[in-house]
Amino acid sequence: MSHISEPLIFKHSRTGRSAVGQYPQGATAQVPEKFRRRKRAALPEVSELQAVRHFTRLSQLNFSIDTHFYPLGSCTMKYNPRACNAFAMLPEFLGRHPLAPDSVSQGFLACLYELQEMLKDVTGMKGVSLTPMAGAQGEFAGVAMIRAYHKARNDLERTEIIVPDAAHGTNPATATMCGCTVVEIPSLPNGDIDIDALKGALGPKTAGIMLTNPSTLGVFERRIQEVAKLVHDAGGLLYYDGANLNAILGKVRPGDMGFDVIHMNLHKTFSTPHGGGGPGSGAVGVGQRLLPFLPIPTVGKDGDNYRWLDEKDVPQTIGRLSAFMGNAGVLLRAYVYMRMLGREGMHRVAEFSALNANYLLARLKKAGFDAAYPERRASHEFIITMKRQAKELGVNAMDFAKRLLDYGYHAPTTYFPLLVPECLLIEPTETEAKEELDGFVDALIAIQAEAEQDAAKVKGAPYTLPVRRLDDVRAAKQLDLTYGMRSTE
Amino acid sequence: MPFIPHTETEISEMLAAIGAPSIDALFDEIPAALRIKSLAAIPDALSEMEVGRLMQARASQDGRPLNFLGAGAYEHHIPAAVWAIVTRGEFYSAYTPYQAEASQGTLQLLYEYQSMMSSLTGMEVSNASLYDGASALAEACLMAVRAHRKSKSARIVVPSTLNPTYLSVSRAVVEGQNLSFTVLPYESGKGTLQFSTLEALKGEDLTAVVIQQPNFFGQMEDVDAITDWAHANNALVIAVVNPLSLALFKPPGEWGTKGVDIVVGDGQPFGVPLSSGGPYFGFMTTRMEHVRQMPGRIIGRTVDLDGKQGFTLTLQAREQHIRRSKATSNICTNQGLLVTAATIHMSLLGAAGLESVAATSQRQTSKLIEKLTRIPGVKLAFDGYRFHEAVLQLPVKVREVLDALAERNIVGGLDLSNLYPELGNALLVCATETRTDADLDTYAIALTDIVTGVVERNR
Repeated sequence: MSHISEPLIFKHSRTGRSAVGQYPQGATAQVPEKFRRRKRAALPEVSELQAVRHFTRLSQLNFSIDTHFYPLGSCTMKYNPRACNAFAMLPEFLGRHPLAPDSVSQGFLACLYELQEMLKDVTGMKGVSLTPMAGAQGEFAGVAMIRAYHKARNDLERTEIIVPDAAHGTNPATATMCGCTVVEIPSLPNGDIDIDALKGALGPKTAGIMLTNPSTLGVFERRIQEVAKLVHDAGGLLYYDGANLNAILGKVRPGDMGFDVIHMNLHKTFSTPHGGGGPGSGAVGVGQRLLPFLPIPTVGKDGDNYRWLDEKDVPQTIGRLSAFMGNAGVLLRAYVYMRMLGREGMHRVAEFSALNANYLLARLKKAGFDAAYPERRASHEFIITMKRQAKELGVNAMDFAKRLLDYGYHAPTTYFPLLVPECLLIEPTETEAKEELDGFVDALIAIQAEAEQDAAKVKGAPYTLPVRRLDDVRAAKQLDLTYGMRSTE
Repeated sequence: MPFIPHTETEISEMLAAIGAPSIDALFDEIPAALRIKSLAAIPDALSEMEVGRLMQARASQDGRPLNFLGAGAYEHHIPAAVWAIVTRGEFYSAYTPYQAEASQGTLQLLYEYQSMMSSLTGMEVSNASLYDGASALAEACLMAVRAHRKSKSARIVVPSTLNPTYLSVSRAVVEGQNLSFTVLPYESGKGTLQFSTLEALKGEDLTAVVIQQPNFFGQMEDVDAITDWAHANNALVIAVVNPLSLALFKPPGEWGTKGVDIVVGDGQPFGVPLSSGGPYFGFMTTRMEHVRQMPGRIIGRTVDLDGKQGFTLTLQAREQHIRRSKATSNICTNQGLLVTAATIHMSLLGAAGLESVAATSQRQTSKLIEKLTRIPGVKLAFDGYRFHEAVLQLPVKVREVLDALAERNIVGGLDLSNLYPELGNALLVCATETRTDADLDTYAIALTDIVTGVVERNR
């Protein structure tokens, strides 16, 4: 990682300079006055080398999986195999127009069809649609299908979605976006759902419940079958948030637990890149009841021929969620990944992510850190709380997180889930080697020692990154969102 | 074991540290009855070499047909430098920049992107991207409802010259939220909004008017008049634009007297390959007064403890991880990697380069139209100024023609006969700077053959 700041690209700009070799010469447009742009956009004017150097230098200001251990809980930052990228970027795939006729798309459609089939199998679902472009859109599709199901049965009062307090923020936000009201239920001190609270929340208005299992608390919901029965008996459906699917891949299937609909984050469990905040891919799977409502298009097979299925094939569909076929290139990457793991590799994902998480938890407990759920098994992730350190030393979870950056480790997820105070949610993933985990434990032990001897040192971290802690209040109050908005540069 | 580094010795050591007899014991909290019995639909593992062979075979099956299809996804040259940098692990395998100090590269790039998009669209602020152009329009409609507090109708006016998929997606995304869409017809012969139908809505409570420029047919709408009419009638204006076209055309921030309120579109023409429809990215820019109603990530410049410049996620109080059920949108991830491509692309080409690409695309489309309309029975559906797409009317069924062209390895355009049946055998075509004059001839010769053949057969 570089520690040298790079000026904004606009600082490299000189009037009249450009990467001339990159574009066609000679054409000028005759634009009628009323449509004509009068002043060129303020884009940088730089040479090819300047652009390449600038963006290469910017890249060096990032932590990433390829450069650092990145145990960001709930994000599954596992290795993104290079082969997945290389084979998804074959020129034929890159050049294929999304609306090209099926006759020149059979190779591509075959990959998507097989991906649908494999995802059905690992989740225990009856149908899959690959179109949602991110986890949140997959959630939207899931809740929209639940709504459509009740509507189709003329069961119009069912507008309440039950969400545990530990859920990701996207769950309640999605329910609202689908026109539902959110009923929040608490978790028990041991991390399981409060069944009594659930019983109290269920009723004739219940559309469904959104659950993550293992939950965001990093533990498996042991009474899931009972939960499923209660919700179904009340006339509701169960939605599975696939954020934590990595923990159970090849071990247990949401369909077998009783879920009616699931979204998968292909960018987590199936190792497609996170790309600095996207693209994601939020494929959805459904059981029998929701099959008629799947978002379109999906891929069907007639004999040896693959084809798109649309409104004509799925007349009750909740509709289209993207202009074309979702994040197709991401789907190809996930397909390659699943083919490389194969049947025998699927269960290893859960096994080794659980092994790494439980090992890390055991070592941290032994080193004196406080697990949020010390009596429970970790799933693929777990929570430690810095409540004691915050109280006794004045060094909180964020301070530990920032200091970890100086030690060369990306911080775990901080302050999520909201109900565990001063928490770090740690997810090592299966692709990390033991020595990396040991190094991370050693770093936390060293930071603990620093906190005990010199709290201010930890509170001032990081020191070795391109910037120190940033003034977020100023960022929000004195908005500077574009070059030239504030300063006279 | 692919991608798993553990040796047998390490597994034993780790289990001993945990105090578990086996890896399987780590799953002892899962009810035994739920455990997977088999995964019959998953094939055996392939090595990298084997999967490479499979993928190349699949890719070769589809080949590389000569493409004349646009309709929201455009084939442009992408400088080699773009994806060489985009696929650097530091961009490719990083996550949303929650830890700002460890993500300054991504954050600064997004700030530069916001600056470029704001200037290109003539607006004050930009977010850091949405999923794609269609879902960006859906978000813009929801945003308009939030931003326009005086309007109670949540009624959005859209011309039928809007990309039909954008309308379908908007309908699907806002389904639960009581918005309504009023679709206005286009003027036959012109292929632009029939202005009198807009004027007929005078006095009604309209939340926003959507204008696509150039529109789905490739024709140019009278954006100044529509924008001014909407504002005079207390409606917001949402522009849907092809960002490349803005190198030539008046930015939405300058439409009419006041400029539009929200601009959205698909950023795909900037450095993003066709790749079967995605991943692309949606962009959104707006006026400063609406910034708190804007969905998606926004990056701000600030200073660190030492007063040094730095970049961070800002205005997070709008977002789902803080506001939960009261957030502006449920959006979490966006399309960061594609924005990376677009920012590098815009930097390499600059305004002059984009202008040249846009002008060349327009010129090649004009040449294509000229060649194709020489074929007996083939004519332009609409007069008027256009960018790089056009609607042709054929003397024969479009489906048949496209199938025959596909056999000659040509993707000939989009069949409009289902979407706009009143246009008859209508075909939407597009040529960009990537189509040479020889390519245009290849298409013209093939189309002549096919059309003549079908006409004769039908005789």
